[in-house]
Amino acid sequence: MDLNDLYRDVIVDHNRHPRNFRPMPEADRRAEGFNPLCGDRLTLYVKLDGDRISDVSFQGSGCAISVASASLLTESVKGKLVADAERLFSAVHAMLTKDDAPADPAALGKLAALSGVRAFPARVKCASLCWHTLDAALHRQTEPVRTE
Amino acid sequence: MNAASAAALDQPGLDVEAIRRGFPVLAQIVHGKPLCYLDNAASSQRPQCVIDAVSDYYETTHANVHRGVHALSQRATDLFEGAREKLRGFVNARSVRELVFVRGTTEAINLVAQSYARPRLGPGDEILVSRLEHHANIVPWQMVCQQTGALLRAIPMTRRGEVDFEAFLSLLSERTRLLALTHVSNALGTIVPVQRYIAEARRRGIPVLLDGAQAAPHLAVDVQALDCDFYCFSGHKMCGPTGIGVLYGREELLAAMPPWQGGGDMILAVSFERTVYNDLPYKFEAGTPHIAGAIGLGAAVDYLQELGLDRIATAEHDLLEYATARLSSIAGLEIIGTAPEKAAVLSFTLEGIHPHDLGTILDSEGIAIRAGHHCAMPVMEFYGVPATARASFAFYNTRTEVDRLVGAIGLAREMLG
Repeated sequence: MDLNDLYRDVIVDHNRHPRNFRPMPEADRRAEGFNPLCGDRLTLYVKLDGDRISDVSFQGSGCAISVASASLLTESVKGKLVADAERLFSAVHAMLTKDDAPADPAALGKLAALSGVRAFPARVKCASLCWHTLDAALHRQTEPVRTE
Repeated sequence: MNAASAAALDQPGLDVEAIRRGFPVLAQIVHGKPLCYLDNAASSQRPQCVIDAVSDYYETTHANVHRGVHALSQRATDLFEGAREKLRGFVNARSVRELVFVRGTTEAINLVAQSYARPRLGPGDEILVSRLEHHANIVPWQMVCQQTGALLRAIPMTRRGEVDFEAFLSLLSERTRLLALTHVSNALGTIVPVQRYIAEARRRGIPVLLDGAQAAPHLAVDVQALDCDFYCFSGHKMCGPTGIGVLYGREELLAAMPPWQGGGDMILAVSFERTVYNDLPYKFEAGTPHIAGAIGLGAAVDYLQELGLDRIATAEHDLLEYATARLSSIAGLEIIGTAPEKAAVLSFTLEGIHPHDLGTILDSEGIAIRAGHHCAMPVMEFYGVPATARASFAFYNTRTEVDRLVGAIGLAREMLG
């Protein structure tokens, strides 16, 4: 159990200085993620230009893993086609949950920083909350999302 | 001589090292470090004598109780009822008829809500709880309110984490039908001066239920001195097995209450026309009970009484004072819940570090704490925090372990602060 593998520099940095951390009044889609047991809470905003995610931002509060994961998400999907963002969601999900997932650093980019979470099963829900929330936003789901 | 009696000779304090040797679970390495178990408010650990009582029962005695003429059934019944007598002594009830075995505090409260309160409540009647309550002393009352049209009122709390006595007085009304109050807050450790509340309620003829889940392992409980009507507690928080607990109820109230669940053991005679219910306390114990759990809980009572509840309280208070002083000196750490009378529970927040990150980092150092809302979301809401970190101590914890906690908080600071 290596804490430094969980709290990598990238994670610590994105927790201290979350990117795209702002409300977006002009968002086309928004969704809420809330894990009541641990209290992680976020709102995800998405602006679409056709099939493309032209802007994405979030607000909320939570543990370092949940905040950093949401921050990294916004950087990773901004400018991507919706279909590509959903493929990325699948890849992140596999990285977080499957021991034998072929880590594809090229596809995951900075998101690979979250691969250490897999060794901490109690924390997977923190990292995945924002991704399920993005999925809900893209599918116009109105119920708040939870992953615990 | 077992560890408890060896320790008891060492007056006036407890011999913590001897005590720890009696808890096999404590002697283990977690993530490369000796286990430092500071999650006792969630569940305590068990001494070998409790584990032995349970396994001896299964190895030598097990049979169903109250129904066999054979030797094992008689021995099992004797052990089971012997445990009930131990529990009676533990809370100083007048009679074993007042001691109902249940799964735990939660079931005890639900039993009272459904069997005592529900038939007596109507629209506009009121049940009074405090804002400090564990969800188990909120939700069963909400359910019975939905069933009857009664209203649930919550006594406000103070910034220090006390129940607001003046507000309590102003909330008492002609319609108050029951006061359900925690004895010790699980989230904050506040010891509620319940006798003041009971006196006021009884003067008005309002029955009182106390949630003693956090109190029973840490204070000497005397239901006659408290003069409460119901007292609920759980075995697993007081060195006993999981899945067993006790409802104490004043006999005249229990006698007037209908059974909660129907089945075997709670009847004297059954026909399709009519069923005659069994006497107290069996009327409330339908089905085969958790025999081994009751016997294990009886052994836990023996163990705690041998150590001495007063000496346990003293030892834990010493730990609380030491831990409070050490944690207070950490910059950015805020202790949540600062009532003058507290059990050994320290709930806190750390600036810039979420409790769950702290919990993970402490775990990597072998230190087990709780991070979350502690099943007391209204308390968290009061303080405006989603969660706290909570270190809760038992008599087998040491100052060295407090020092390790403080050191590991420093490590979290270095990593994330």
